[in-house]
Amino acid sequence: MSPLLSVQNITKYYGSHIGCKDVSFDLYPGEVMGIVGESGSGKSTLLNCMAGHLDPDAGEVLFDTRTDGPRDTITMSEPERRMLSRTDWAFVHQHARDGLRMGVSAGGNVGERLMAVGARNYGDIRTKATDWLERVEIDADRVDDRPITFSGGMQQRLQIARNLVTGPRLVFMDEPTGGLDVSVQARLLDLLRGLVRDMGLSAIIVTHDLAVVRLLADRLMVMKDGHVVEAGLTDQVLDDPQHAYSQLLVSSVLQV
Amino acid sequence: MIELNNVSKTFTLHNQGSAVIEVMTNVSMSVAKGECVALTGASGAGKSTLMRMIYGNYLTQSGEIIIGGTDIVQSEPREVITLRREILGYVSQFLRVVPRVSTLDVVAEPLRAVGVSAEAAQARAEELLAKLNIPQRLWSLSPTTFSGGEQQRVNIARGFAHTYPAMLLDEPTASLDAANREVVLSLIEDAKERGAAIIGIFHDEAARDSVCDREINVARFAQGVAA
Repeated sequence: MSPLLSVQNITKYYGSHIGCKDVSFDLYPGEVMGIVGESGSGKSTLLNCMAGHLDPDAGEVLFDTRTDGPRDTITMSEPERRMLSRTDWAFVHQHARDGLRMGVSAGGNVGERLMAVGARNYGDIRTKATDWLERVEIDADRVDDRPITFSGGMQQRLQIARNLVTGPRLVFMDEPTGGLDVSVQARLLDLLRGLVRDMGLSAIIVTHDLAVVRLLADRLMVMKDGHVVEAGLTDQVLDDPQHAYSQLLVSSVLQV
Repeated sequence: MIELNNVSKTFTLHNQGSAVIEVMTNVSMSVAKGECVALTGASGAGKSTLMRMIYGNYLTQSGEIIIGGTDIVQSEPREVITLRREILGYVSQFLRVVPRVSTLDVVAEPLRAVGVSAEAAQARAEELLAKLNIPQRLWSLSPTTFSGGEQQRVNIARGFAHTYPAMLLDEPTASLDAANREVVLSLIEDAKERGAAIIGIFHDEAARDSVCDREINVARFAQGVAA
């Protein structure tokens, strides 16, 4: 089996300051990888470099495209990359308002992504959008409401529906449960896990919540000061951390 | 089926003066198909540590741990994940689940992961839950609010849902009442009969004697280590 995503030596500087340095890994179809580390450790920089939101100073991000096999998404043309981010890729932002169009109805938010890949039949789009709202547990009678009238948890679920409606193969998530209260988090985790399994998605999740990665991620990467200090199976890194920083991170979690 | 050759384990505690603790040296053992081997030894002797090394959530410094032809020590994470999904089952004392998922789905999940249809997986889950005396009215609820004993039985049902060729059991009968203990022992017997290789930790001596073919005292693996 060939990797879906192969990241090689991604490096990003902000002036003389290291954003992330020499990060490499392979992600296989169906795998979920967590990236943890304290704020400022470079995890979001890395995620944004991979997703094409930031231009890395060095390195390659090879994605196994449906038509042409592995392609470096950093050197591909802007229209190609934009097409990729509308079809095979999805990006779930920490703040739902960054990933949604707040002035457009919930149904419109989901339908817009469908139209971007060529859907034109209004009835089909609306049916599919309604179906997805239900899958993320938003009442179908809210389809015409704007997300501004939704709670934070609902907005986050709407963002997920908008992202997954086109059946992507790779989902980037930046603190998807951050800022939500715990009962809403649990609901979202349950939803994400079901979607990952049923759709065979691969995902990269950036978070600082170790409980979230234990439940969602197969593999884990620990970052500090822009470097990956440890990587491995999620339960191995959490149960038997090897690096001084990972040991500190794991032992610092409050027991509930 | 499960084979350990010259396995050693140390813990390095970087944040406590970089203390290095050697816990095990030169562990060699093997478990054949259809055999159940008990790990024995005093508390702290390293029974659970050894079991976690075999499952791969503890790193092994040297030696090899071969399960169904795959060496856990040298494997990539995704190879270990595949091994755990298909070959190697683990029943711990503690249930760890996504909140809000129904008990039935929790138990059926390992089967869904190996591609069993939703109906067949659910049927098997129902059979196991009934066997382990979990009242049917609880099946649609999340096990996070269940009593300790109920959670443990849900965990056992989940662990035995898929017919793993190799299984690790960490105190599967602890804190169960007599009737449920018998059910668990019969599940272990069934697993042995279909050829599963099993390594278990049992503090309950009667249970150990009834299902285990041999005992290995892990204290001897710590002998080479300076106390």
